[in-house]
Amino acid sequence: MARKLPRKDVVIVGLGWTGSILAHELTDAGLDVVAIERGPWRDTATDFNVAYAPDELRYAVRKDLFLQPAQEAMTMRNSTAQTALPMRDYGSFLPGTGVGGAGTHWNGHTWRFFPSDFALKTHLTGRYGEERLSGLQIQDWGVSYDELESAFDRFEYLCGISGKAGNLNGTIQQGGNPFEGPRKREYPLPPMQMTYAPTLFAEAARSRGLHPFPTPSANLSGAYVNPLGIAMGQCTACGFCERFGCANYSKASAHTTILPVLMRKSNFEARTECEVLKIKLAADGKTASGVTYTDVNGATFEQPADLVLLNAYSLFNVRLMLLSGIGKPYDPSSGEGVVGRNYCYQTNASAQVFFEGRSMNPFIAAGALGQTVDDYNGDSFDHGALNFVGGAGINCIPTNGRPIQYRPVPPGTPRWGSAWKKATKQYYNNTLAFSSQGSSYATRGNYLDLDPTYKDRFGRPLLRVTFDFPDNDIRMSNWVSDRMKEIADAFGGKQVVVGRQQKGWSSVPYQSTHNTGGAIMGTDPKTSAVNRHLQSWDVPNVFVVGACAFPQNAGKNPTGPVGALAYWAADSIRNHYLKNPGKLVEA
Amino acid sequence: MKKAALLAGLAAAAIVGTNGFASDLFDRIDAGRYNAVLADCAACHTRPGGKPFAGGAPLQTPFGALVPANITPDPETGIGSWSYADFRNALKTGIGKDGKRLYPAMPYPAYATMADADVADLWAYFQKVEPVSNRVVSNQLPFPFSIRAAMIGWNLLNFSPKEFQPDPAKPAEWNRGAYLVNGPAHCGTCHTPKNLTGADKSGEFLRGGNLQNWYAPNLTSDPHKGLGNWSGDDIVAYLKTGSNRFDIASGPMAEAIRHSTSLWNDADLKAVATYLKDVKGSDAAAPQPIAATEPAMTAGKAIYLDRCSACHVSTGTGEASLFPTLAKAPVVNGTDPTSLIRVVLQGSQAAGTPAKPTTPAMPSFGWNLSDADVANVLTYVRNSWGNAAPPVTAGQVKDLRVALTR
Repeated sequence: MARKLPRKDVVIVGLGWTGSILAHELTDAGLDVVAIERGPWRDTATDFNVAYAPDELRYAVRKDLFLQPAQEAMTMRNSTAQTALPMRDYGSFLPGTGVGGAGTHWNGHTWRFFPSDFALKTHLTGRYGEERLSGLQIQDWGVSYDELESAFDRFEYLCGISGKAGNLNGTIQQGGNPFEGPRKREYPLPPMQMTYAPTLFAEAARSRGLHPFPTPSANLSGAYVNPLGIAMGQCTACGFCERFGCANYSKASAHTTILPVLMRKSNFEARTECEVLKIKLAADGKTASGVTYTDVNGATFEQPADLVLLNAYSLFNVRLMLLSGIGKPYDPSSGEGVVGRNYCYQTNASAQVFFEGRSMNPFIAAGALGQTVDDYNGDSFDHGALNFVGGAGINCIPTNGRPIQYRPVPPGTPRWGSAWKKATKQYYNNTLAFSSQGSSYATRGNYLDLDPTYKDRFGRPLLRVTFDFPDNDIRMSNWVSDRMKEIADAFGGKQVVVGRQQKGWSSVPYQSTHNTGGAIMGTDPKTSAVNRHLQSWDVPNVFVVGACAFPQNAGKNPTGPVGALAYWAADSIRNHYLKNPGKLVEA
Repeated sequence: MKKAALLAGLAAAAIVGTNGFASDLFDRIDAGRYNAVLADCAACHTRPGGKPFAGGAPLQTPFGALVPANITPDPETGIGSWSYADFRNALKTGIGKDGKRLYPAMPYPAYATMADADVADLWAYFQKVEPVSNRVVSNQLPFPFSIRAAMIGWNLLNFSPKEFQPDPAKPAEWNRGAYLVNGPAHCGTCHTPKNLTGADKSGEFLRGGNLQNWYAPNLTSDPHKGLGNWSGDDIVAYLKTGSNRFDIASGPMAEAIRHSTSLWNDADLKAVATYLKDVKGSDAAAPQPIAATEPAMTAGKAIYLDRCSACHVSTGTGEASLFPTLAKAPVVNGTDPTSLIRVVLQGSQAAGTPAKPTTPAMPSFGWNLSDADVANVLTYVRNSWGNAAPPVTAGQVKDLRVALTR
């Protein structure tokens, strides 16, 4: 029997990036907000102590900061013809847990998607005709790049993103990304100082007529005080970003940008190690009355609230909607329903160049310290004669030279023994790697739903992921890999190895924690779970914020747009919903 | 009819009363509230997370533990049965109701200099604080210190109550600063070194003290050990926001800033800065730094570069509002390294104020640096980048480690 707690104005599920941003904005608006986070509280000095934060075994191998399958697992399969099985360990992607969420362990690549990405169906249909999109379930976002510009700007200034603008108010800027949408002002900080490998990559790319630029980074190039008054320090390029919390207050995360201010507010409360079981609906099924959750001791509570915000990781937002009966579940056989629709991922490939006699010093690194080429990303190039849509950013971002997992050796090297040791010694400092991060476009058969067989420790069905790389995306990725081969050959190294993306997604090796879709935004309640304000079409006092709202994924890391969507949703709530609670868009 | 006239009469009296008395009382209560902030009464008399002024957490003195009293107006357990004279006497003479002697952990030697008007305002305020029933056994000292009458002798030796007298040769701002520092703000309680009886050492005003295993640095204008390199604006910024271009407060000073100085008005902060800039330090010349080639220095440098430089920077400059500057810092050059050892062993969280909300923290290194490591790295820090101070010994680290785990 759940104990009923006093009502709050707002209950937030998940205190990561988006939960923190919305909590800050809505407490500023005077609302009484409680955030319920299933993982632990974490604090920089205590939990990312500089004396043990760089523990590769603990954090990178044993994944100490991540969700463990015992707490929540999921089942996976490549197609509806298969029976999904639960994974024993998270592999292909690593959902975060705890205060700060996945924004604690990220690398810090902070992008804006291209303007064309937000109106992708309209744009591609207009340029290439409807036929080109057959087999794909591409949709518009319902919100434009121009509408989101100020939200992107606010997130970048919150974080202290280090980069170089490529397009200021329509004027292309030397040294930035010429393909990006217009931004109103420069990045808050200049780019990070480049290391050797990205410098070589930029030279090679430039020699082929491409347009390399410094990757916009949430690892800070200098000291910074953000608009909330919170100070951050310069990144020391220690090479412990991805899978780690930052010990130096120099990687933007909720801890380093918002929580010091948020936690002081008397109208905010965080309850950690409390897991939301479901969103409770009123008898009419059209209004959420709050949430039920269980604390670390197993006691259950009902938290009534006027507004319920789902700010968990994208996959878990979708699962909570399915478990709570919010929105019609998607059915791939009919193509109807919305919750679970358009699950997408990221289509990646890699290139390695092995040298002799170089000093790459890979241990001088940061998660987003590198160079990117966007000439083959999104629709920045003509797909007229090609047999696919979409594209990939090509990134040379040597994130680390960590001793356990960074052991590049050429193919054919024995996996152990003296020959392996010799090759390890030879190539640790003589390897340059870069990769493509490709778009992932929706198909009818890739989706999320509740598993019919497997349940979690509370008896709730696990989430089932049905996914394989679409043929379009494989063609795209392989075409981009050909371009990567051309760049790699330009280095004049001893050996070039290009790893291509193939059909048959496996949940085992790490690929990307960029899971998108499942509760997508749009203009039609038949094909989207939330409207352009991220408000549930069916239960208007529920907003769902995160990458689950992306109708499809672009060839870029999702955190920038996720942060922008959080500000966009906060504005919608503050400026529209609170004045007139109800549906912000009539279907 | 008669009733109506009576009511009208009452109403008139009420209006007169409001204008003639209540607004004056409001002003006095408000001034008293501000004086309670200046004097930081809550620092001792409010337990962390507890009801305001209902009694504090035990103070560990060199003589034993004292628990700050409940000073709410609860008649049974607080000061509800006290008269103004009792209150004034306690503050200004160290003798409470019924002649009960206070221990000077209650800084009555400082409060004795307060103006009677300020004490009266404080009294007006404390009568309006929410009464809380909370019995506090203040005296937890061991024999013989538990004998309150011993304070008679202590007072004879160390205490000559005297209200503050402004120096006519100095400007009003200086005098206001002197009054605040010596009186309500009782800076010397922590920052002036103490003799064997726990009283201020004469002639060493604000030259750095040790209290509850923290070293409160030298606040004089001494350019090496004190605030000589800080401008008046630096001092104001530190007290108002918890940090300035050099330093970030932590430990008990972070508390003092959070509960007291960050809430002061700017004129009072400037007055304190003006006065402190004029407090003379020792005439002794700054010591020579230990040679960089000494084994402790080379070992310390290696540890510093490995463990400290990511934040405090290899040149000891730190980063504004985030990581304190170690080069030429008063707390680093002080003779007593207690605070330095302590923050390395235990870590420390900086003050957070609305103006500087970051609250960055020093992580703990006590679990993986040995006594010798801590001693070496601090010896290096205390003798690099313009710093010069006596070496830290492994024995000092060991002693504090033991004291902190008690």
